[in-house]
Amino acid sequence: MSADTLASGNAMPLRASRGYWSGVWLRLRRDPVSMACLTVLVLIILASAFAPLIAPGDPSVGSVARRLRPVGTPGYILGTDELGRDMLTRLLFGGRMSLTMGILPVALALLIGGTLGTIAGFVGGLTNAIIMRAADILFAFPSVLLAVAIAGALGAGFVNSLVALTVVLIPPLIRVSESATTQVRSLDFVEAARASGAGAFTIIRVHILGNIMGPVLVYASSLLSVAIIMAAGLSFIGLGARPPTPEWGLMLNTLRNSIYSQPLIAALPGVMIFIVSLSFNLLSDGLRSAMDVK
Amino acid sequence: MMEQATTSSRYILEVAGMTKHFNVGGSFGKSRKVVQAVSDVSFRIREGTTLGIVGESGCGKSTTARLIMGLIGMDCGDLLFNDRAIGRSAREMKAFRRQVQMVFQDSSASLNPRMTIEASIMFGPMVHGEDRAEARRNAHHLLERVGLDPARFAGRYPHELSGGQRQRVNIARALALKPKVVIFDESVSALDKSVEAQVLNLLIDLKREMNLTYIFISHDLNVVRYISDHVMVMYLGKVVEHGPSEALFANPAHPYTRALLASMPSLDPEKRTLSAPIAGDPPSPIDPPQACRFHPRCALARPSCLAINPALFDAGPEHVAACHRSDPKSPYWTEGEAQ
Repeated sequence: MSADTLASGNAMPLRASRGYWSGVWLRLRRDPVSMACLTVLVLIILASAFAPLIAPGDPSVGSVARRLRPVGTPGYILGTDELGRDMLTRLLFGGRMSLTMGILPVALALLIGGTLGTIAGFVGGLTNAIIMRAADILFAFPSVLLAVAIAGALGAGFVNSLVALTVVLIPPLIRVSESATTQVRSLDFVEAARASGAGAFTIIRVHILGNIMGPVLVYASSLLSVAIIMAAGLSFIGLGARPPTPEWGLMLNTLRNSIYSQPLIAALPGVMIFIVSLSFNLLSDGLRSAMDVK
Repeated sequence: MMEQATTSSRYILEVAGMTKHFNVGGSFGKSRKVVQAVSDVSFRIREGTTLGIVGESGCGKSTTARLIMGLIGMDCGDLLFNDRAIGRSAREMKAFRRQVQMVFQDSSASLNPRMTIEASIMFGPMVHGEDRAEARRNAHHLLERVGLDPARFAGRYPHELSGGQRQRVNIARALALKPKVVIFDESVSALDKSVEAQVLNLLIDLKREMNLTYIFISHDLNVVRYISDHVMVMYLGKVVEHGPSEALFANPAHPYTRALLASMPSLDPEKRTLSAPIAGDPPSPIDPPQACRFHPRCALARPSCLAINPALFDAGPEHVAACHRSDPKSPYWTEGEAQ
């Protein structure tokens, strides 16, 4: 009896199985677009993180004498802004704020929204109804308007706009993690885990999280670009970073008046926002298709 | 020999008056409806035997299994394990769950796709406090026992296995908790016939070796006949007949059982089915027929079958059926014959 079944096992090729995430990484590595985006993002993030070490000047020291120098001026590769501060330095330092404002709210929203959504999906019933209807109420507002309203009510500043962005990003993450959890929860292996006597917390930790992580992370990564653009938007209208803090959205606003005299310099912060959010979007797409393989 | 085991051993699991109704609808002006999935089901199983449960789709077979497992709560009824009632407290349920395990129909949905099969088997014992090394040792031993080489399969993921191999893993997972009773809910139905036969033989070997008791749910009467000591026939959430396998297949006492048996495909041309033994689909369990639930499809139905719910009568040793028209002692037995 067991001899013939062992034989059927032998028919399979002998090779080491690899885990799901290493498979995703392998497929992602084969995608040139994703790898290019990843490289660009890593470079920008590292350059921003080490801005004090690599930046040629001081981001807040300027001189009226050298206002709005064009791109390529010796000593000021990317020119100077309306107060004569070095643009390259300000872009590098601005990246610290802009990237933090993009990544941190998504991470916080992932933590809070993911937890709430998983609980709603797993417990179901009244708990689900309460959490999901609360999310729906936040959903009823256009996201940018809600962020502006919250940031406006709390006042300008880093922490306040962080709170505003996090609140705006929580409802979609609740919804995505809830629907992923609901799908997984109804599968037989969750029933089998319950039948073995495991508690709800153990089942969520061992059986649910691993299976909803993929779609939820893909969705969260697509929110990174939204968050960066919204953060820049808040700063642009004066609800985010305050001058003289370098921040891409704020720089875009202060350089607005110079758009006719030095259009290239006025556009530079926008170009950075564009490159970063496009890279996050393309990387998110690549991640999605890398995870899509059974 | 099997008969001896059947009559001498004690009852390991007893179900009395188990009932489960589901509410459906009831929002936005639709009237609330009740699905009577399982109504007043009672049976007991002797240790070391196999009880087969058969019936059409929607007759409450799977609900019965889930009720016994405690995956859903019963509306009323009692569950006795080794003559002790199972309490509803979390601790008692956890202890009871070690004793009764289940193998599901869908071999791929019942394994976590992100876990190696070794990890899937180890999960249950580790929940019950077994340490990792011991759980792994036991998992490898079980894999070998169900016919999968642990060196080759332990680190694999479910999608790298065939359906039959996955179902072997599910069996190993169920046995990892060292249960006394294993419920198979259509566990072999989705497999190829040749693989199905291998798995059935494996189940018979395992049962003898580990002194297990089986509840075997299937719509395949040939399979049930092959593996079961007793067979219970369900119709629309009720038990219509229950008896020793040979007696039930040789002398079915209920018209529904007779119809089911007549619909069995046979290789013997003398036994071929000439006309459909039963017409139509089973009625909806939302609003089941009054009294005898089989009467709209029964050729023998009489007015009393529409009015009075038939009780189970003795049709032989350990053999009961619920039909006025098959019970010579029933006051309604010959009703209508005179006209």
